[in-house]
Amino acid sequence: MAVFKQQVAKKAPNLKIGVIHWLRENLFSSVVNSVLTLLALYLIYLIVPTVVNWALFDATFAPVTNEQCGREGACWSYIIEKLDLFMYGFYPPESYWRPQWVLILALIFVWIAKLLKQHKYKTKIVTTLIIIYPIIALFLLYGGLSLEIVETHKWGGLMLTIVVATAGIVASFPIGVLLALGRQSKMPVIRFLSVVYIEFIRGLPLITILFMASVVLPLFFNEGMDMDKLLRALIGITLFQSVYIAEVIRGGLQVIPKGQYEAADAMGLSFVQKTGLIILPQALKISIPNIVGSFIALFKDTTLLLIIGLFDILSMVHLTSSDENWLGRSTEGYVFVMVVMWIILYSMSRYSKALELRYSTDHKN
Amino acid sequence: MNTTSKNIFLSLLALTGGLYAQADTLSDVQAKGSLSCGVSSGLVGFSSTDSAGRWKGLDVDICRAVAAATLGDANKVKFVPLTAKERFTALQSGEIDLLSRNTTWTTTRDTSLGFNFAGVNYYDGQGFMVKKSLGVTSAKELNGATFCLQAGTTTELTLADYFVSNGMSYHSSPSDTSAQSKKGFSTGRCDALTSDQSQLYALKTTLKDPSSAIILKDIISKEPLGPVVRQGDDKWFNIVKWSLNAMIGAEEFGINSNNVNAKFKNPEALRLLGRSGNLHKHLGLSKKWAFNIISQVGNYAQSFDRNVGKDTPLNISRGLNALWRDGGILYSPPFR
Amino acid sequence: MEKIKSPLAFLNNNQIRAFLFQVIILVLIVSFFYNAVGNLLNNIESRGIHTGFDFLGVESGFDIAEHLIDYSSTSSNLRVFYVGLINTIVVSVVGIIFASIIGLVIGIARLSNNWLIAKLAGGYIELFRNIPILLQILFWYNLVLVSFPSPKQSFELFGSVFVNLRGIYLPKPIVTEGFIWVMVALVLGIALRALVKRHFNRVHDESGVETNTLAYSLLLLLVLPVMVYLILGSPMVFDYPVLKGFNFKGGMSLSPEFLSLAFALSIYTATYIAEAIRSGIESVSKGQKEAALAMGLTPRQSLRLVVLPQALKLAIPPIINQYLNLTKNSSLAAAIGYSELVSVFAGTMLNQVGQALEIIFMTMMVYLAISLMISLILNIVNHKMSIKER
Repeated sequence: MAVFKQQVAKKAPNLKIGVIHWLRENLFSSVVNSVLTLLALYLIYLIVPTVVNWALFDATFAPVTNEQCGREGACWSYIIEKLDLFMYGFYPPESYWRPQWVLILALIFVWIAKLLKQHKYKTKIVTTLIIIYPIIALFLLYGGLSLEIVETHKWGGLMLTIVVATAGIVASFPIGVLLALGRQSKMPVIRFLSVVYIEFIRGLPLITILFMASVVLPLFFNEGMDMDKLLRALIGITLFQSVYIAEVIRGGLQVIPKGQYEAADAMGLSFVQKTGLIILPQALKISIPNIVGSFIALFKDTTLLLIIGLFDILSMVHLTSSDENWLGRSTEGYVFVMVVMWIILYSMSRYSKALELRYSTDHKN
Repeated sequence: MNTTSKNIFLSLLALTGGLYAQADTLSDVQAKGSLSCGVSSGLVGFSSTDSAGRWKGLDVDICRAVAAATLGDANKVKFVPLTAKERFTALQSGEIDLLSRNTTWTTTRDTSLGFNFAGVNYYDGQGFMVKKSLGVTSAKELNGATFCLQAGTTTELTLADYFVSNGMSYHSSPSDTSAQSKKGFSTGRCDALTSDQSQLYALKTTLKDPSSAIILKDIISKEPLGPVVRQGDDKWFNIVKWSLNAMIGAEEFGINSNNVNAKFKNPEALRLLGRSGNLHKHLGLSKKWAFNIISQVGNYAQSFDRNVGKDTPLNISRGLNALWRDGGILYSPPFR
Repeated sequence: MEKIKSPLAFLNNNQIRAFLFQVIILVLIVSFFYNAVGNLLNNIESRGIHTGFDFLGVESGFDIAEHLIDYSSTSSNLRVFYVGLINTIVVSVVGIIFASIIGLVIGIARLSNNWLIAKLAGGYIELFRNIPILLQILFWYNLVLVSFPSPKQSFELFGSVFVNLRGIYLPKPIVTEGFIWVMVALVLGIALRALVKRHFNRVHDESGVETNTLAYSLLLLLVLPVMVYLILGSPMVFDYPVLKGFNFKGGMSLSPEFLSLAFALSIYTATYIAEAIRSGIESVSKGQKEAALAMGLTPRQSLRLVVLPQALKLAIPPIINQYLNLTKNSSLAAAIGYSELVSVFAGTMLNQVGQALEIIFMTMMVYLAISLMISLILNIVNHKMSIKER
């Protein structure tokens, strides 16, 4: 009698599992692919060791002078010595706690908003926080009352970059919402004005708008209306950015099904109620990833402040590398700023991708 | 339209229009309690900030002098750093009360832009810096060379004129700031750096190896640099002009910040210091206007030595900027 | 009970309300501009500022490093405007061409089944799109291109191309009389090739026989013009760059300003184009690829004949938008001094003339015109595609 005996499964042939299989499938599946792989490897071999050696193994980190720093590797001592300038510009060192607290407060407020989750008054509290935060931040940064006033021409470095990008997005947001609604409006004059404004600004490079704000704008004011240079730059940036926000929100508005409008009308809601309670909340929610996207774009654009003579983090490279004691170290400066900007921008773009994923699952069944 | 929106409407109207008050600059400055002075954002010797953010330089001292004359305190200056591009509209628009930014006095600037030049605080001239290794000794040998220069300055115009009139050709590599053009020179992107001589000296000291470059003897232009005010306010124009003259006059009379309280016999010196006469009345200033300038800022020689002269790495000789009696062309009209 | 009629009852009518609202907004905006312009005129008058466009006729007095039309320091300021405009267009077109090529390659590589290539392409995109473009321009200009040798130690290729830190010097072709016939031959070749291609396409449609037209193409596009060129006795000479004194003389040169700007613009914009192409390819349904493979097409044929045509259709609108962005970004040349519109006209000339208002206005109008033109193209493209859709 034949007894059924369970056979031990044979192992898959070596070529179909493990590292070798993976390599064959993914790197050497055909002649062309193999050639490409080898080329890519050669490229990596050319670039990576050089960069890593320069930036890490041959680099100097100790606090030494320019002459003591080697020429083969990077001299990070320069960055370390000038770090305050890169971060805060000419902001008085004894007041560094002020921008620091502005950042800490932002984190605390975000944390509070997260804690609240489904709290009854969540919307109200969050709205209050959003409104009072810029006021506190401005007070801390600029001063007034008992705080010593720090004039805006002393602001600089990464701090200025962040302040300009944040203030720009906050100020352009309400204008952008109005423009987006205006573009959808049934009132011909309003729609016309919004479209003209949006198309006009969208056709212009930011730099011409900044030139206009820094060079031409003062001529449009009365004498005596003394406008700060930074404020003028911010006006330019707000005019510019509001248009992109408007387009993002318009995208959100277009996705809202017609039924929502009709239902709101049927319930007898006024235009303001309909827009504020039904349409905008949905449109804004859909637009959040893209709003983060335009914040990223604005953050990149703040480097243009260099061209109109404000000291953002990029201008600090030019400023610090012309210091007699650190001549010829602009390479380290550029690389440092690149790395800082890249880390910030990359993490924001990751965040925006994550948001996109989260919100898109909400809407697809 | 309800009342609230009507109010908003009216206040918006008021905000955007009305109030064409054409106040004179002196009362404006005195009411504000500070002088807005446009300076270069960074030019060693003329206006630059030290590590603590304090402004210093020859141009900066003019701002301080005017503040001392009008407000009695040389520190009551709000410095507005300006790019070359911004400087003229900043003055035209009233953002600054005085422009003291290494600005060359030319006909066009004096007439068609609505400005007045209140004098000359530094007589400069355009020159060349070249690498020693090129073996060039005269500008005439620079045919076909590439020049680094700062865009949008009179330098660019003068260079073009010079080469046309000498029948030579050249390439230019313009850049936005003087730091950038220095970088172009030191990396070898251009053969020669051309700029005002004062700047060449300043830039030379900041080269990695200052001895590798030489400044040619040739000077191809006149560059009188001076403070600028808006046209149409003669009172203010006079104040700036005579603040500068007070510094030059003080040097002539041997008054400086250390001996300003001493006794002087020269009647002109006494009138300058407000101890006799009533010059201050015609200027609309206090009796101590010039005393304040000299005690707080110093005379021209002190300012020169401190910022660009023998006490600095620039070590620029007085040259044209010496007093007329010492072989220069610096000259203040008499105080009477 | 009688209803008390409020004097403001007419406000309850939606149409009247909308009308009033628009009137108010219009009045506000008009009064805002009225006052702003009033202030402006007032300022201009009270400060004696010179206005008007007569400065355009005045001699400029300065030189421009790169100009494609005749220009010297005695040319008018209007000429400066044209030089700047042409340079803007040149650098944008060059940037657009290279950005498209790099973008297409990277976009396809990103979806390659070669793991390493796909990762490298992804790394390229993440690296370059997250560094601000201005920083990249400065990086190429101030760090990479200055590390090239000085003119006397130039890299030399074939004795006629020189690379040094002042740019790339190439032989400049100078055409003589007979060269026009070579161009005619080339045009003829292109036309004939199109005919041949159409013929074989028809054959393919009717009989399914695929013919490789490479040989014909080569013959018509390359051999024909070259033959004509040789028969006419080489009617084109080259002006070679020669090191004379301080610099290379003769030939054509590409300045480091131009190179770094074009380089940075192409590399940066390519990341966006690659992403557009990738999402275009990904949106082509899997069934299409499978069907193509099932029909016996090779993977490359399926990519070229089935996937890419559909993917590009979706990708083209965002790509055209990127072209617009690239053109706008070319204005950042102001930071390194490439002689384009913003740098030379709204920069150098503005400083000399001082009439900021007119100059900035003209500059803005140029960009507006360019952007309207690109939007027009985009609309036409969109329109064409929406008709073809089934």
